[in-house]
Amino acid sequence: MDFNKLLELVISASLINNFVFTRFLGLCIFFGVSKKMETSVGMSITFTSVMVISAALSWLIFFYIMVPLDITFLKIVIFIGTIAALVQSADTIMKKVSPVMYHKLGIYLALITTNCIILAVPLINAGEGYTFIESLAFGLGSGLGFALALIIMASIREKLELAEVPRPFRGLPIAFIVAGLIALAFTGFSGLITL
Amino acid sequence: MNHGEHRTNWELIKNGIFKENILFRMAISLCPAIAVTNSLKNGTLMGISVLFVQVMVNITISALRKFINPKIRIPIYMLVIAGWVSAIDMTLAAYAREAYKEIGLYIQLIVAFASILARAESFASKNKFVPSMSDGIGMGIGFLLAMIIISFFRELLGKGALFGFPIVAGKPLLIMILPAGGFFAFGILMGFFNWIDIRFFGGKGASGAG
Repeated sequence: MDFNKLLELVISASLINNFVFTRFLGLCIFFGVSKKMETSVGMSITFTSVMVISAALSWLIFFYIMVPLDITFLKIVIFIGTIAALVQSADTIMKKVSPVMYHKLGIYLALITTNCIILAVPLINAGEGYTFIESLAFGLGSGLGFALALIIMASIREKLELAEVPRPFRGLPIAFIVAGLIALAFTGFSGLITL
Repeated sequence: MNHGEHRTNWELIKNGIFKENILFRMAISLCPAIAVTNSLKNGTLMGISVLFVQVMVNITISALRKFINPKIRIPIYMLVIAGWVSAIDMTLAAYAREAYKEIGLYIQLIVAFASILARAESFASKNKFVPSMSDGIGMGIGFLLAMIIISFFRELLGKGALFGFPIVAGKPLLIMILPAGGFFAFGILMGFFNWIDIRFFGGKGASGAG
């Protein structure tokens, strides 16, 4: 396995094609959780782990069950089912291991099922025909990219709380403008690696 | 709210378009609002797909509501939604190949739309067939209109064109069709609607839970 190719995949998924800023996925959670630094760090950790595991699991299901049976047209239904089961188990494990974190993030964990990125990664993996290791790298890169976006956004929004924002723009509209500015900065990464 | 018996179908439709507009008021299902609104054609196509899925899911859930065991309702809703999304996904892949290349991924991701699941759970599972259909139509049209408004401004300002036909001569504002422009356009439009709400209707502006 070519290590450079994997590194390229991770960097490309996390910076160049950052899911939040260039593909616009997972925005509901992105704007929902990024109000506080603490929650967004917890969310990032959960999210990245769920992402990698779901990428691995759905790759196995896709290539060892769905392709031989010729039922790839059911991929949307099967992937969403896999992810829902996975999130449910993550929920249970977190409740046991870290009740404090669960208390804070429980509501968002439930939301992960309806998060586009978690579903998009298996779909893209299947569409691009990545190998198992490549799928893992892609999942990891996407998770890290989302974590980076969340943490940048949370640190800005914590400062924004104190700022004097015009009344119609308070809350979400100003968050969108900030996200737009960060997205502009992220377009600077587009020349980093020529794939 | 959510007691459809007391409201006429027309009121339900209006509620979806204005009062509980998915994008501008509730601020959920934001991903496609920014991702596929860089041209009016894609935005409209996406809006119509969501309208279709929302209506079909609502009437399916409403028709089956007496048979669905409440304990396993969420997985069943997901299955129904995924089924209808697969249907529209394959239809578009067959009949609109060009557009499908650009918006295909986002069509598949309608499955993960918070708004569709939310309407199935909070409305269609408790109401009769016709009110559920009206609710779906209202929500879908509200989404479609919001998509049309955003993509109208983005294509007009970003390319000086509408539906691919050039309208305005001169140098367009390239930033509006760049990824970042989607965030700006949406933020400014949302601020604008909040301003109207505050200025003319005495509201507090949409808080948007996220």
